[in-house]
Amino acid sequence: MLDATDEGYVTSDGRKIGDVLMEMKNITLRFGGVKAITDISFDIRQGEIRAIIGPNGAGKSSMLNVISGFYVPQEGEVWYKGQKRPQMKPFQVAQLGIARTFQNIALFEGMTVLDNVMTGRLNYMKTNLFQQALWKGKAEEEETKNREVVEKVIDFLEIQSIRKTPVSRLPYGLKKRVELARALAAEPSLLLLDEPMAGMNVEEKEDMSRFVLDVNDEFGTTIALIEHDMGVVMDLSDRVVVMDYGKKIGDGTPDEIRNNQAVIDAYLGVAHD
Amino acid sequence: MPDQLIFAMEVFLNGLMAGVLYALVALGFVLIYKASGIFNYSQGVMALFAALTLVGIMEGRVPFAHLINATFGTEIHHFGWHLPALAAILLTMGVMVVLAWAVNKLIFNHLVNQEPIILFMATIGLAYFMEGFGDVMWGADIKKLDVGLPQGINTAIDEITYGWFGYGFFIDNLDIVATIIAALLVIALVMFSQYTKQGRAMRAVADDHQAALSVGISLNFIWIMVWSLAGFVALVAGIMWGTKMGVQFSLSLIALKALPVLMLGGFTSIPGAIVGGLIIGVGEKLFEFAIGPMIGGATENWFAYVLALIFLVFRPQGLFGEKIIERV
Ligand SMILES: Nc1ncnc2c1ncn2[C@@H]1O[C@H](COP(=O)(O)OP(=O)(O)OP(=O)(O)O)[C@@H](O)[C@H]1O
Ligand SMILES: [Mg+2]
Repeated sequence: MLDATDEGYVTSDGRKIGDVLMEMKNITLRFGGVKAITDISFDIRQGEIRAIIGPNGAGKSSMLNVISGFYVPQEGEVWYKGQKRPQMKPFQVAQLGIARTFQNIALFEGMTVLDNVMTGRLNYMKTNLFQQALWKGKAEEEETKNREVVEKVIDFLEIQSIRKTPVSRLPYGLKKRVELARALAAEPSLLLLDEPMAGMNVEEKEDMSRFVLDVNDEFGTTIALIEHDMGVVMDLSDRVVVMDYGKKIGDGTPDEIRNNQAVIDAYLGVAHD
Repeated sequence: MPDQLIFAMEVFLNGLMAGVLYALVALGFVLIYKASGIFNYSQGVMALFAALTLVGIMEGRVPFAHLINATFGTEIHHFGWHLPALAAILLTMGVMVVLAWAVNKLIFNHLVNQEPIILFMATIGLAYFMEGFGDVMWGADIKKLDVGLPQGINTAIDEITYGWFGYGFFIDNLDIVATIIAALLVIALVMFSQYTKQGRAMRAVADDHQAALSVGISLNFIWIMVWSLAGFVALVAGIMWGTKMGVQFSLSLIALKALPVLMLGGFTSIPGAIVGGLIIGVGEKLFEFAIGPMIGGATENWFAYVLALIFLVFRPQGLFGEKIIERV
């Protein structure tokens, strides 16, 4: 197990990983009789790419939903930036600077790509209704600033050519990219990606991997992502949490995970006791 | 020009004006339906409630006077003031915001994730509650409402049309003002939804709740906001109708005409609500004019519903409504 002391650690490619940004403590989540998450603890450190992996139904999405406030765990605590986070609604979590994408894509289908990405800036629009209606200057200044960020994100993700296209007309792979753009527009301190490459072809996967790495590299954004493609996970992530049947069965660097017997068993489908 | 055609033109114009009011109520439905998926049966009663409240505030009536007097043996009815119309309208808008908040807090926050039919039933309950509540609060008598809008025949139109056709059209000033105000209201709503932060958030919520949450929009805030907006629209409709016919309980029944308007225009389309309202308004007036006398009149009671039914068979999603495709 990698020795993640309080001072952080240095990755194999020489990036310095900092303090604990988010810590999940003994999270348990039930749906009626189904235990989606059983007593799981792990942390996410400043600046790292943290993967959550596991077979279907392991509880990965549920964990992401707990972090983003969509699900309320029955037990356990969520700590963020060194403080225990009170129970929050999803919109409040978003306002904390935690942005996310969804496994089955949640975009505003009736809007253009540009408008979708623009919604990522809603939290940065501080002028009130009267200012927007009467005091043009302040509101326009704010709008310009937000536009700049949005255009930067659109350039960054190379979706300039579809800026004005209604999202409903886009193919699946591009929708995933637009969803990432919307999340990035919020300039999040923590970015949660639920299977950002699912259903993509090889080329699209490569693009998306590059974007994830670049986001982390250029903006220093901390990223937690769920992914099934082992090759991608091993390439991208600094540390990996492995879940199976709602339990944590492994936690460490890609190399450690590769050689973890419990993980190997889970993936080879060794019978559970 | 034959007389019949000239009369028909007059009827057509009057139909348009009547349609504006239908459109206003339908607009309130669409706002709430788009943002929350709630089909708000109580929209018509909201118009009545708003008009009642406006009269009450303007004339300084003591709310629940009947109840208070019966309980304490007192004889108070009026505070003894008379507020200017504008102040009373602003205060009534405040009341509509409080109503929007209360409806969400006390009813719909407890019904999150319920079936649409449950939400619909809740609004039926709300409609009858508001009707009764308005009654207890302000009394059941028919009230005169005068906020200073011009009324009576528009002489300019009368004279011009007389010059053209030798027959002066009877167009009510109130209808003209109602049309202008409704148009301004629609423009303001469109500007709001397109260009303000809150408007953008409202469109986002109308499009996808999950996505809206993920970008930090409070659904609850938006729902209170759209109920408030629907309340303002209801207030405008209530003022128009109340000025015309006095504020009385039949108001909420007329407002039900918004239902066929919605079937025509689609439940999710603001242009649809407007065009649908105009079609129903014109359609029922013209039908009454042309066919009514042959079949004994009173066709305005049912024409709108039959038209909507026929329409529904051929275009279930309405004129502008989004095609309903079940996601599988
Ligand atoms: N909203 C819900 N209501 C009821 N049960 C749920 C809900 N969400 C998840 N579950 C259950 O929790 C368990 C874990 O589901 P989850 O979606 O977290 O798995 P996952 O690891 O993301 O799987 P996949 O790789 O297929 O996306 C499953 O048994 C699922 O049926
Ligand atoms: Mg999942």
